[in-house]
Amino acid sequence: MFNAFNWARKNLFATPLDWFLSLSVLVLIFWALPPVLNWLVFDATFFGTKREDCIGHGACWVFVTSRMSQFIYGFYPDDQIWRVNITGAVFFASVIPLMFQRFPFKKYLMVFLLTLFPVFAFVMLVGGYLGLEEVETSKFGGLMLTLVIAVVGIVGSLPLGIALALGRRSSMPVVQKMCVTFIELWRGVPLITVLFMASVMLPLFLPRGMNFDKLLRALIGAMLFSAAYMAEVVRGGLQAIPNSQYEAASALGLGYWHSMMFVVLPQALKKVIPGIVNSFISLFKDTTLVLIIGMFDLLGMIQTVSTDPEWLGYSMEGYVFAGAVFWVFCFTMSKYSQKLEKQLNTERRA
Amino acid sequence: MQLATKGETIISLVGVNKWFDDFHVLKDVNLDVKKGERIVICGPSGSGKSTLIRCINRLEEHQKGHVIVDGLELTGDLRRVEKIRKEVGMVFQSFNLFPHLTVLDNLCLAPIWVRKTPRKEAVAQAMSYLERVKIPDQAHKFPGQLSGGQQQRVAIARSLCMNPRIMLFDEPTSALDPEMIKEVLDVMVELAQSGMTMLCVTHEMGFARTVADRIIFMDKGEIVEAAEPTTFFNSPKSDRTRQFLNQILLH
Repeated sequence: MFNAFNWARKNLFATPLDWFLSLSVLVLIFWALPPVLNWLVFDATFFGTKREDCIGHGACWVFVTSRMSQFIYGFYPDDQIWRVNITGAVFFASVIPLMFQRFPFKKYLMVFLLTLFPVFAFVMLVGGYLGLEEVETSKFGGLMLTLVIAVVGIVGSLPLGIALALGRRSSMPVVQKMCVTFIELWRGVPLITVLFMASVMLPLFLPRGMNFDKLLRALIGAMLFSAAYMAEVVRGGLQAIPNSQYEAASALGLGYWHSMMFVVLPQALKKVIPGIVNSFISLFKDTTLVLIIGMFDLLGMIQTVSTDPEWLGYSMEGYVFAGAVFWVFCFTMSKYSQKLEKQLNTERRA
Repeated sequence: MQLATKGETIISLVGVNKWFDDFHVLKDVNLDVKKGERIVICGPSGSGKSTLIRCINRLEEHQKGHVIVDGLELTGDLRRVEKIRKEVGMVFQSFNLFPHLTVLDNLCLAPIWVRKTPRKEAVAQAMSYLERVKIPDQAHKFPGQLSGGQQQRVAIARSLCMNPRIMLFDEPTSALDPEMIKEVLDVMVELAQSGMTMLCVTHEMGFARTVADRIIFMDKGEIVEAAEPTTFFNSPKSDRTRQFLNQILLH
């Protein structure tokens, strides 16, 4: 207790200004926190199945719990939901071990995630093969759609971004100009425009009868958009590698690709982990924009369900829930990146 | 000006010229190096000595003249450049180890990917070179955990792992604390005694005196004087050499 008292005196109440600031913050907390907690927890209703169960003055989480399956699976046929569950289970079961340093089969998991898993996920979610009933991608929705777009975007944009960044620094003028043009073009337009183009304009230019899946178009749009940003992040890392490293690699006889793969890129990517994860996080949140091309991701689903006459007036609970879900995913990515940075920091380990 | 031969010519520079924009760094440099010859290049800073040896593995491009290494002329042809670089090791002033790889991986990288040596063999070879530079116990550390002298010895071992026919040293001891210079020079002396063809840019005149077959003095992009150590130190021909020697030997 004595220590706490000393700490407070030193850090919170050292000068008159400190006194003023500390007290103001305390007042603010006492004024704002109780109503928030009351609404979220103490006066809230947690159990029930229908609107009539909402008896408290606070939030009615029944809205969220009773519509949970729509929030997660969108319009996916009820009897096929097991397919989403298995895909999700396999995904999380292979991603979570990657976060633990000591897990032995990381390399194989990584290879599985990047090669077999996409095929597996496609077959499971879309179907049409192996006796699985085909589910149109327009039935995708909710958290599942959010994850599909985010994961495909993230996994696709990193290698593409690296390729663009290398291209932008290439000594071959044609490659270099093409990469610069691509990056500047995609960076110069808002994602909404890209999605609109992909879903509304593109079909106008395609020959009659030729039709891409709308989800596929959105996926490609989001991926290319994100790749342009990724390219600039990676380029920053490439520029941070001193010329002496390139020289040392060349002097050993390593060619361009070997130097890049084993000497330059590992160092460059490590330096820009915060920037890369920043891009991932912003892509994850940007998936909500697919709402405007008529696809219902988690947020879109919540918005739609809250216009249901039975649940009018409960959109607040829905939005708080959406915020919480997004926060959990983004915060996990951020924490993971911090851990990765520490783990890979060999330069100052002395 | 060429001195007694040791064997066939392995490096030959003929009328080499280089400019950095308007600055004429190398002016009509001619130099023949015989197999097994040990050459020390000295001269004031900015005299073009580093640039000269960097032209030999084309870290710098010359603009006029011919550079012929091991029978191949250096041109813009990347394949040929890479072929020559395999045979020419280089040690830099600031070590330039790869900080993200362990010492062992630093040594094995090029043999595995350039020479296509099987990993096991590459590791065994790397360990034998680490023993030769007297730091086998550091194999699994990262470069950042080693002292400057140790890092430079790793860098030498890394170049040797490619089994080069020629070794270039670009001021290998200039970035080191005085007490670490000796451990690096010892390794270099041992290497010189093994018969390696060496070109060293250095100001270590003690080293030059003991190992060099020929000392080359450069100033303002030209080779001013080339002579064997005794002649070079005792009766330098040009005033510029004498002046330079007075400056560095007095300290």
